[in-house]
Amino acid sequence: MPMETQSDHIVRSYDEQLRRLRDMLARMGGLAERQVNDATVALTRRDATLAAEVIGRDAALDQLEREIEAFCIRILATRQPMAIDLRLIVAAMKVSHDLERIGDYARNAAKRSIIVAQQPTLGSLNGFLRMTRLVQENLKGAIDALVNDDAEAAARVWGNDEPVDDVYNGIFREMLTFMMEDPRNITAATHLLFIAKNLERIGDHATNIAETVHYAVRGDSLPDDRPKADSSAYAVVRPPE
Amino acid sequence: MGSTTEQTNSTSSASGFGGMQARSAEALNTTARISVRNLDFFYGANKALKGINLDLPDRQVTGMIGPSGCGKSTLLRVLNRMYSLYPGQRAQGEVLMDGRNMIDDSVDLNELRSKIGMVFQKPTPFPMTIYDNIAFGIKLHEKLPKSEMDDRVEWALTRAAIWGEVKDRLNASAMGLSGGQQQRLCIARSIAVRPEVMLFDEPTSALDPISTLKIEELIDELKRDFTICIVTHNMQQAARCADQVAFFYLGELVEVAPAAQLFTAPREKRTQEYITGRFG
Repeated sequence: MPMETQSDHIVRSYDEQLRRLRDMLARMGGLAERQVNDATVALTRRDATLAAEVIGRDAALDQLEREIEAFCIRILATRQPMAIDLRLIVAAMKVSHDLERIGDYARNAAKRSIIVAQQPTLGSLNGFLRMTRLVQENLKGAIDALVNDDAEAAARVWGNDEPVDDVYNGIFREMLTFMMEDPRNITAATHLLFIAKNLERIGDHATNIAETVHYAVRGDSLPDDRPKADSSAYAVVRPPE
Repeated sequence: MGSTTEQTNSTSSASGFGGMQARSAEALNTTARISVRNLDFFYGANKALKGINLDLPDRQVTGMIGPSGCGKSTLLRVLNRMYSLYPGQRAQGEVLMDGRNMIDDSVDLNELRSKIGMVFQKPTPFPMTIYDNIAFGIKLHEKLPKSEMDDRVEWALTRAAIWGEVKDRLNASAMGLSGGQQQRLCIARSIAVRPEVMLFDEPTSALDPISTLKIEELIDELKRDFTICIVTHNMQQAARCADQVAFFYLGELVEVAPAAQLFTAPREKRTQEYITGRFG
């Protein structure tokens, strides 16, 4: 049973701390979204300057994670939180860790985009834009669900990772084809494959966040089996005769 | 963690709260030592307990929490008929133990209290020697030769984790013990008559943190042999000590659940508001 309307704590400073924690998470979530977006823009526009900015900004995410963790530990030590408050604080620690990992993947994608920009172009990279859009929608949905205490929205995000996997499988096949066509494509295609994998991982972290938010709001977990469609692990190619 | 299938993808195995949930789903021993059924209690015209139904599982700790005046101490007082001392106080309903309604007048009060012992908020040692404090209660129920009495006193003091501290001064006055020691002495006095159920009414609220931890450790130890019910205002204490927790409000039992579940994900909004400090 959702308990949407929470009254305030008797101790007002406790409410303020929890509000501040939500603000920090929202800020970190916003920054992570921006990193993911800019990394893909840098890739598709072959913009090394923007890529360098993404790489440089990652430290801010790491810093926010440390701040959130320290703040959570302080609240745990001083307030002995229970029930929904306890779940929020545990969730904040987990979500900030997921966001930090998302930042790492975005930074890695940005690094690789600099190398890709020095190679001949491969196809349209539309798949990357589509994948980024899907991943970002999920990431934003998960963060909004956290900020709004919305378990239903979290459950929707959680069930919405399949399209990401589909696009990833498409990119995987496309890159293999480029590599088979011309060995000179191998450098760019390999980096692009890793970038696609990074985006796919970011999508997984977004669904992790959604799971955590669902637990934080409702107190029960989503089922173990999330819908998945990543079949690239079983892909086989045959070189042309 | 809860994932059972092998995960090649580290991100998905990091998710979920399997540990916390598995613990809350842990099955409690469900054999009830005491079953409270449709219990009402009145202070004169004031109805202090309203239709309480609660099982105290055998050799488990049941914690009772709730704001002052919610009825939790009243329920404890009903369980060993403490109220019968006061005119105008009466209970209706059943407190079933071994198929008998223990609050029925046909059950002998001394027999009841030898089965259901009670420890109070403030230590209540008798103004006599440490030895006599323990022997006094035993003598009410049994006639033991001196050597057996000595053994029983030592057993009770040992079980209450205070034997080492008092064995060399059994003939000194109990009033000279520290608060924490006095409380453990009172626990020893209660278990000396070998009850089956032990009721604790805020047993540590007058004690310092270290003495409190000793009592908590003791409760953990005692639950191997006794069914325990503890009323406490300290939520963390209930979370630490109790297997199941009952939340009372305005004379009603709002929610009873395994402690791990009640403190992480209570079902009732009133429980949540109380345990998170939102009660307005």
